[in-house]
Amino acid sequence: MGKARETLLGPVLDDNPIALQILGICSALAVTSKMETAVTMCLAVIFVLVFSNGAISLIRNYMPSSIRMIMQMTVIASLVIIVDQFLRAYAFDISKQLSVFVGLIITNCIVMGRAEAFAMKNTVGTSMLDGLGNALGYSLILLVVGVLRELFGSGNLFGQELLSLNTEGGWYVPNGLMLLPPSAFFIIGGFIWLLRSFKTEQIEQEA
Amino acid sequence: MLEAYLNLFVKAVFVENIALAFFLGMCTFLAISKRISTAFGLGVAVIAVQTLTVPINNLVYNYLLKEDALLWLGLEGVDLTFVGLISYIGVIAASVQILEMFLDKYVPSLYNALGIFLPLITVNCAILGGSLFMVERDYDFGESVVYGLGSGIGWALAIVALAGIREKMRYSDVPLGLRGLGITFMTVGLMAMAFMAFSGIQL
Repeated sequence: MGKARETLLGPVLDDNPIALQILGICSALAVTSKMETAVTMCLAVIFVLVFSNGAISLIRNYMPSSIRMIMQMTVIASLVIIVDQFLRAYAFDISKQLSVFVGLIITNCIVMGRAEAFAMKNTVGTSMLDGLGNALGYSLILLVVGVLRELFGSGNLFGQELLSLNTEGGWYVPNGLMLLPPSAFFIIGGFIWLLRSFKTEQIEQEA
Repeated sequence: MLEAYLNLFVKAVFVENIALAFFLGMCTFLAISKRISTAFGLGVAVIAVQTLTVPINNLVYNYLLKEDALLWLGLEGVDLTFVGLISYIGVIAASVQILEMFLDKYVPSLYNALGIFLPLITVNCAILGGSLFMVERDYDFGESVVYGLGSGIGWALAIVALAGIREKMRYSDVPLGLRGLGITFMTVGLMAMAFMAFSGIQL
């Protein structure tokens, strides 16, 4: 049981895919200016990562290693197509806002990286747990960035007004920078700094 | 006509820089930007692959996948857009493979210089992102060539610039927790802000 716990919770803080492994940053930044899109993106990644890890682990002994990349890619792409079609059918507005970033889950390095590094060597159950753990680690960063950006950028959370804006007679002057792309970098950079101040073993040595 | 292409090109390189405005290809962008020489090699490879795959995917989309695109086969009302993602990534993986074999046979010097970067490019989000943007914005064939080239150059420009900054940064005293990845994020953030100054440029 201890091992399963470690597989699930390890990637959330100790071995976070974004903060430590430099994986999956591509799509992480552009969707975080609003909580709505950030949460949708998290759910999509959790679904894809859990099932791709499971499926790839299931067929790992039947895959010739020379074409394993293509096979992994096909599994992942099929799962992403399911997500994409689902969003289009049931949440069209959000699907429009996410635009190409749903499709880009295919090339999200977390998915490929975990398939290659973990699912190819472990049983189905642990692989799915690992997928869930890494997806949660990814979601944690996405949600932290999303909350900060939406709250301070437009005074809202999930579209609900929390801080009354000065343009509408309130007291809060919104920080426009938060809505712009660069702010995501500063927030993640700061998050890494914070994380490494507590977990000093993650500090990178000078090369 | 030419003016429109030039406008699209400038837009793809500077205003809508695929790395700094859309954060695509970030994983490799942050991981392989420690030295200018390797960053440059990767940049060239991305330009080549991007210029190749965006137009090919444009043809695939327009003549195979789009609604009623199969009219030339006599098939009416066939809409294959839902297999789009899987076809684009297939095209990308195949063209990278072909490019690799071609370079190996005819331009060995470039092949050796690019080394392991070529296969890595298949999973570079900037490449798939370029194709997806092309589909979403409904570019025609000419535009897709220009956009492919422009976005490739934009990405290469950004990674070489970042590598330059990181080489200089080796001499600075960065707080312990920020070393490596943290400070790189901050740097990219500042670069992205600088690139935002280009927004609104029209030719």
